[in-house]
Order: sequence, then structure tokens, then C-alpha cells
Amino acid sequence: MVQYPSIDWLAISPLVILLGGTLLVLVVGALTKVWPRGLYAVSTAALSAAALVVEMVLWNRVGHEGPVSIINDALAIDRFTLFVWIGVTIATGLVSLSTADYLRREDLEGPETYTMYVCAAIGAMIMAASNDMVVLFLGLETLSIALYVLAASHRRRVDSQESGLKYFVLGGFASAFFLYGIALVYGAVGTTNIARAGQLLSQQVFVDGDDALLLAGVALLMVGLAFKVAAVPFHFWTPDVYQGAPTPSTSFMASVGKFAAFAAMLRVLTTALGARADDWRPVVWVLAVASVVVGSVLAVVQSDVKRMLAYSSIGHAGFILIGVEAAGHAGDQDGIPSSLLYLLLYSVLVIGTFTVVTLVTRSGDRASDIGSFRGLGKERPLLALAMTVFLLAQAGMPVTSGFIAKFSVIKAAADNESYAVAIIAMVASVVSAFLYLRIMISMWMSDAESGDEAREKVAVPWTAGVVVLASVVFTLVAGVFPGWLIDATRDALVVVR
Amino acid sequence: MTLLATTPTTTWYLVLGAVLFGIGAVGVLVRRNPLVMFMCIELMLNAVNLSFVALAKRLGDIGGQTTVFFVMVVAAAEVVVGLGIIVSIMRRRPGATADDIAELKG
Repeated sequence: MVQYPSIDWLAISPLVILLGGTLLVLVVGALTKVWPRGLYAVSTAALSAAALVVEMVLWNRVGHEGPVSIINDALAIDRFTLFVWIGVTIATGLVSLSTADYLRREDLEGPETYTMYVCAAIGAMIMAASNDMVVLFLGLETLSIALYVLAASHRRRVDSQESGLKYFVLGGFASAFFLYGIALVYGAVGTTNIARAGQLLSQQVFVDGDDALLLAGVALLMVGLAFKVAAVPFHFWTPDVYQGAPTPSTSFMASVGKFAAFAAMLRVLTTALGARADDWRPVVWVLAVASVVVGSVLAVVQSDVKRMLAYSSIGHAGFILIGVEAAGHAGDQDGIPSSLLYLLLYSVLVIGTFTVVTLVTRSGDRASDIGSFRGLGKERPLLALAMTVFLLAQAGMPVTSGFIAKFSVIKAAADNESYAVAIIAMVASVVSAFLYLRIMISMWMSDAESGDEAREKVAVPWTAGVVVLASVVFTLVAGVFPGWLIDATRDALVVVR
Repeated sequence: MTLLATTPTTTWYLVLGAVLFGIGAVGVLVRRNPLVMFMCIELMLNAVNLSFVALAKRLGDIGGQTTVFFVMVVAAAEVVVGLGIIVSIMRRRPGATADDIAELKG
């Protein structure tokens, strides 16, 4: 008689709601005529909202009953998981709304894109919750495969297909490294369970050279994860993929993709390999410094805004890695909260930014060079103002969420006496401010050039307007009153071990 | 004769797995046909499968062997999406190699 594990249905209900709901939308959408304006997007956003409500209930339950490990220790439901789930669900809802008008403009209307978003979000949520490296791999692949499809989903743009192919080949390559890392760690520790591996490794003492298998495994895991978070030197795919993919899909990759990859990285490094922090911390240090420097410097020399934002996202990944590095110091209490805070604030920012870029690229999704922003301040002052807020926040301007995010990771580094990395990050942040200023100057101060009148006007549909407005409000509110968010990230320190 | 009489140990399989993984990795980097690159990725995944089975045998643990099934399913799902993308590109530009597909530059 086979023993089946007991399943805590309430704990996994956000996943069930999202999966069931999106399959329903897909099937009904396939059997009926094209739905009226934006209804696919609104129904996907409603699904996200429903999942969000259950996540809030779970957040309270975990507060009362403490973290639990469910389905035979496959998934960990703690506030770390739930914080990421809430972030991913919000991001999915926002990106769905910002896609609504894009698909009609590009004549790609249909429910498939939204189903891909939700499937990718489910993969991301499983990655964040996984308490077993094999489950983590399955979540990673669910996320990645959906993202490959999204990158290649603009059927008439050859750029989009090229972006999909590049992402697919390099993503598969990195997944293989990640999987090999899991195999070697499994061989060294004897389990793929993250919490149990953490316990075993904290008791196990290795004598000279015995841990070669483990170290090789950790190195391969780091390669796979660094690729997924787009850290230098594993960032080569990012500019091409971000530029070629449909703009809303790019914003989904930059928000949900990064959120999930960092959550997985934090869980594997701090819970499973916490006892070996002295081995992986220097690696993360190098990745962080290389990412902030290369991301900021190369962003400045780009002429395509989507490429610029891709390099800037590499720089932001470097900042989050500074938080991860801080989490590797013994007794640290700031690393994980600051990384999570950065991820949430950056996700909202990047969705707002790319929503504006989506509108500016106009029909065909091609006009993403910096000249396309020329005169936006006169044509659409409110949209340009919102973009200005997003760019200032990404540069780390006080009173915006970006300042809180950067301040918290740099403080975490300084508290752990990593002064070098803190100083490098601050200098890089100043360099990258130049890039954001370039876009702002183009929007507000550039003179009109001949042919500008012939360009299509930038249309702002209500769905995208809602996303931009919500992102601006969140950016400013989180910048002025960050206390409640910081408290929530502190709660995420209690994880399943 | 003595060589033939030696029983293969786990290490042999791990070394074979590592060699196959290396061949796959080098293949992805040097080959220019998208389909062959894709086959090399599959080779890498199967090299990992071999390592998983060998390690599971040594540890006396069923977990590593069941992982292989998950990896096979994932590889199959990747095939579906990957071939879809490759076919849609090839339909537009027959015979394209990875070097030809380079519209995106900085």
C-alpha cells in the first residue's frame, strides 16, 4: 500500500486558484469569440487579486502558527515564501493590465499570453517556496519555459523570435549547469531536501579534500543561479533578450523572473548551504561588484532604451547581490530583509518603467531608441512625469522607493563591515544616474526634429494608465513611509529549517 | 585481463557523466546550428541523469533515481517549446545558423 503525503490545501490554494483560473480563461477563451476590450487582462488581474487575498490570510496564519513544511517537506510555507508570493502575484496582475492594450495594438489579441504569465508566475512561486532542490528545478523550468514562449511571442517581429531562441539556448544551458550542481550536492550530502541538507552540513565536518564534490556542486549551482538573476559575467543574454522580447514580456522577466531567481538563490544559499557561507560569500561578492560596475557603465553607452534598462537591471541585480552577500555573514539579520525589500520595490518600479516604454514604442513595438522619447514631455506631460518619477527612483533619489531599496542593502553591507562593496555600489549608483538623466533630458528638453510630427501619437489606454498610476503611488508611498514594508521583510527571516 | 575483471565503481559513471556533460557544454559553445546546439543541451541533461542514477546507487537512496523521471519530463517540455521556436525562425529564414540570427546588437 502506497503512503500518500497529506496535502495542506489552504497553503497551496494561491497556486490552485491561479492555475485553475487561468486554464478556465484559456479554455473558455478558445471556445468563444475574441472577448471585448481588455477582458482577458482584467480577468487575469482578478485572479491575481483572489490569490493575493488568500496569501494575506496565509501570512496571518503563519504569524500565529509559525512556518510549516508541507507535502512531505517539498514546499516551505513561511513568511519568506509568502512575501515573494505576494510580490509575484502583484507583479503578475500589473503586467497583465499593462499588456491589455499592447496585444490589441499589435493584433495579437488572445488569452494565451496571460496564461503564459500565470504559468510563469506559478513556477516562480514554486521556486520561492521549494524546500527541495528538485522541486526548485521544476519551478525554475516552469518559469523559464513560459518565459521562452513569452520572449518569442510576437509572431511578426523577427527580433522577438531571435530573442526567444537566444533565451532558450542559453537558458537551457544554464539550467543544465544548475541541475548538475544539484546532482553533485546530492552526492555529497545524500539528500536534495534544502532544510535537511542545511542540518546535515552544519553537523558534518569535512577533512582535507573530502568536500570536493560538494564544492563543485556549489560552484555549478552558483553558475545556474547567477545566470537566472543575470549577474555579470553570466549576463550576456540579458540585453538581447530584453530588447527583442515584446515590451510587456520584458517587464515580466525583469520583475517576476528576478524575484523568483533571487528567492531561490537566498533559500539555497542561506538555508541549505548556510554552514558553508565562507565558501560562497566571496563568489557572491565578486558577482555583486562586477554586476554593479558593468551594469552601470555599459548602460550609459547604449542608445536603445530597452537595452539601457536591461543593463540597468544587471546593475540592480548587483545591488540585490550585495544584500545576499550580507546574508552570508554569521549572525546577520539584515541581508535577507534588505534583498527582499529591494526586489519588491524594484519589481514595481520596473513594471511602471516598461509600461511607459510599451506605450512609447508605438505600433510595431519597434521605436525603443532614445529618440522616441523626444518631446514626450510636451505631448504627454503626465506620462513623462510618471516616467521621471520611475527613473529618479531607479537612480536612488530620496523620497522615492529606490532610495529606501539602495539604502537598505548598502546599510546591510556596511553593518557587516563590507565597506569596499558599499563604496563601489554608491559610486556605481552615481554613474548609472547619468543614464536615467539622459532619458529624462530626451523627454523634457530635446528640441523637436524634422519628421517628429509624422510620428504616431503616444496613446495612453486606461489599463496602462492604471498600472502607471498604481506604480507611481506605490513608489512615492514606499519612499515616504517605508516602515511597514521593512517590518514585513524582517518577519521573513523566520524560515523553515 | 585484470582490467577486464575490474568491477566498475560509481566513480567510473561519474567520470563518464562529467565527460558527456563537457562534450555537451563545448558543443553548445562551438556548434552554429540551432538544432545541434539544442541536442547538446539534451546531452548535458542526460549526463546529469547518469550522475544522478550513479549517486543514488551509491547512497542507496531512491530519491536520485526518481529525480531522473522529472528531468526527462522537463527535457520533453523543453523540446516542445524549443522546436517550436526553431521552426518559426527557420520558416522565415531557411538554413539560418546562430551567426546569422544576430539582429539585436548594442
